[in-house]
Amino acid sequence: MRWACILLPRLALDGVLRRHPDPEAPLALITGASQRRVLHAVNPSARALGLRAGQSLTAAQALSRDFTIHGYDPRDAERWQRLLAAWAYRYSSQVSLHYPRALLVEIASSLALFGPWPRFEARLREELAALGFTHRINVAPNPAAARVLGNAHDGLAVASQEALKDVLGALPVERAGLPRDAVEALSRMGLRRLDQVLALPRATLTRRFAPEVIRHLGELLGEWPLALESYLPPDEFDLRLELNFEVSSHQALLFPLRRLIGDLAAFLAGRDSGVQRFTLELEHVKGAPSLVPVGLLGAERDPGLLFELARGRLERTRVGAPVRAVRLTARELPPFAPERRELFDARPQQSQPWEQLRERLRARLGDHAVHGLGTVGDHRPECAWQPAFLSSAQLDGARLRPGWLLARPIPFDVEVAGILAGPERIESGWWDGGDVRRDYYLIETRKGQRGWVYREVGGDGHYWLQGWFG
Amino acid sequence: MSGLEALLDERRIWRGRETNRPPAGCPSGHDALDAALPSGGWPEAAVTEILLAGQGFGELALLWPALARLSQVGERVVLVAPPCLPYPHAWARAGVVLERLALVAADERDALWAAEQCLRSGSCGAVLCWPRIADDRALRRLQVAAESGQTLAFVHRPLAALANPSPAALRLVLEQGRVRVLKCRGGLAPPTSIAFARAG
Repeated sequence: MRWACILLPRLALDGVLRRHPDPEAPLALITGASQRRVLHAVNPSARALGLRAGQSLTAAQALSRDFTIHGYDPRDAERWQRLLAAWAYRYSSQVSLHYPRALLVEIASSLALFGPWPRFEARLREELAALGFTHRINVAPNPAAARVLGNAHDGLAVASQEALKDVLGALPVERAGLPRDAVEALSRMGLRRLDQVLALPRATLTRRFAPEVIRHLGELLGEWPLALESYLPPDEFDLRLELNFEVSSHQALLFPLRRLIGDLAAFLAGRDSGVQRFTLELEHVKGAPSLVPVGLLGAERDPGLLFELARGRLERTRVGAPVRAVRLTARELPPFAPERRELFDARPQQSQPWEQLRERLRARLGDHAVHGLGTVGDHRPECAWQPAFLSSAQLDGARLRPGWLLARPIPFDVEVAGILAGPERIESGWWDGGDVRRDYYLIETRKGQRGWVYREVGGDGHYWLQGWFG
Repeated sequence: MSGLEALLDERRIWRGRETNRPPAGCPSGHDALDAALPSGGWPEAAVTEILLAGQGFGELALLWPALARLSQVGERVVLVAPPCLPYPHAWARAGVVLERLALVAADERDALWAAEQCLRSGSCGAVLCWPRIADDRALRRLQVAAESGQTLAFVHRPLAALANPSPAALRLVLEQGRVRVLKCRGGLAPPTSIAFARAG
């Protein structure tokens, strides 16, 4: 077993920054009661202004007014951690949220699939960067050690137990993940590095320190197994992005939308599923949220495609009131089967599968804009047609029918040059009130058009045009 | 420098080149028409413009053989905002596999957009459209889309468009079961109009 620990040191801050179009602008997370607000975390440009975590807001504002503040919500960090766990689930079936602000990922069984560790690691880092999360990744033979390495290192991959002992031994005591009072006691004893601690007789340690300390050291060395609860991805996706100002234009909603869709796609990839239907909720200050449902005919998970579809739907929706937050929920997550492409496909490289084209058309033109041509076993021409992708049923191929059918018959008073065929009597529909008794003729007009006209049997003798022989 | 290159550089030798053959066409299924067209059929990956005064002139009978063949080999045929409903029995009788036929409902403004998307996607075998207000620029866009998606495009336009120039690779006028070729890329237009079978 080899464990990678992805440490997310700025989880809450990154969660806020990634919804800002300009993450470089100074920003501070604040926490605490309204009388005494304290900075919880600051981004690098805010730190450059002299802001520090732990400062009071008043002190910070005395230094500079040039930064945005954002409330810190511990539940946010947890939500992001879960989202990233869903993402990591793609790479390993064993993902754990055992430690706060960190993901433990078992990688030994994934290496065969994702290549040697350096390549695998590069891929993880690239995707985390795209998702907008600062991270440190270390690998160790056991999860506890992988986590502790993150306190002092980034990009370390320790393969063997012996090497782990050396690396751990070199760690300063205060970085070893020990309880604070133990660290203080150890440093008062003059022990600076972990190997000095480990060199002590175990009986001495057991006598002087709490059981947690001994257990932690055992876990680090892999002597005691760490009971990990495996993460299981939830069955639905629900993510809400609060906007830091009120938005009333579609354009300004596209950035948060792109983020939400990106997160959805990462989630889907982790679960190895697609999405067939999802809903955007635009929350307003007052009143019920506006709902933008996005439905697809088949499961998809390509972020670019999903974004384009959602954008198409969003732009067709009228946003009545300013939007405070956007929420994306997806409850139907069917398995996703990637389009099978032919090996010797004659089409050009950039060709887009039909399913994607169809969704793109539906997104702009409406849900029912794209359909096939189905047949119904009915003799009445206007009833023999239905907009559906159906197979060619048993068709009465012997009869002459025009290629074009008018949506509804129109009176026909064009001068006829000749009758080419007919009459053919169609009598039907007495069972549903749409009773027809008609004599149909194939006629040619003076201009050379061939039309399909009929006369009601027992009617006033007027001709109606029902189709064209195109 | 070798002797041959020196000779070539002095421009004393004329080097024959392969003639620019027009791209192979897609058989239209009408022998007389195929024989008259330089591409030997509908120009592939290009726009064929069909001018006609309304419906019922044999515009479907003209295209059905090619559409039937495409649909039978699994290609998709898309009708973007057709002027009437296709009568499934007649289309099936003409050999078109209905499962491969798709209709896109769009208003005049969106129809050109939809046709362009279908052509560009490369996932359709043939795209038919009936723009009423299409201009030269719109047709050029369709032509580019047909090229990039390697798709047959059939654009039906009213006879009034006859006077305007067109970027289409092939331009036809359809009247009373005969086609008159106005323009064909890669060759001279045949001087006389060509009859084609209109049965059905």
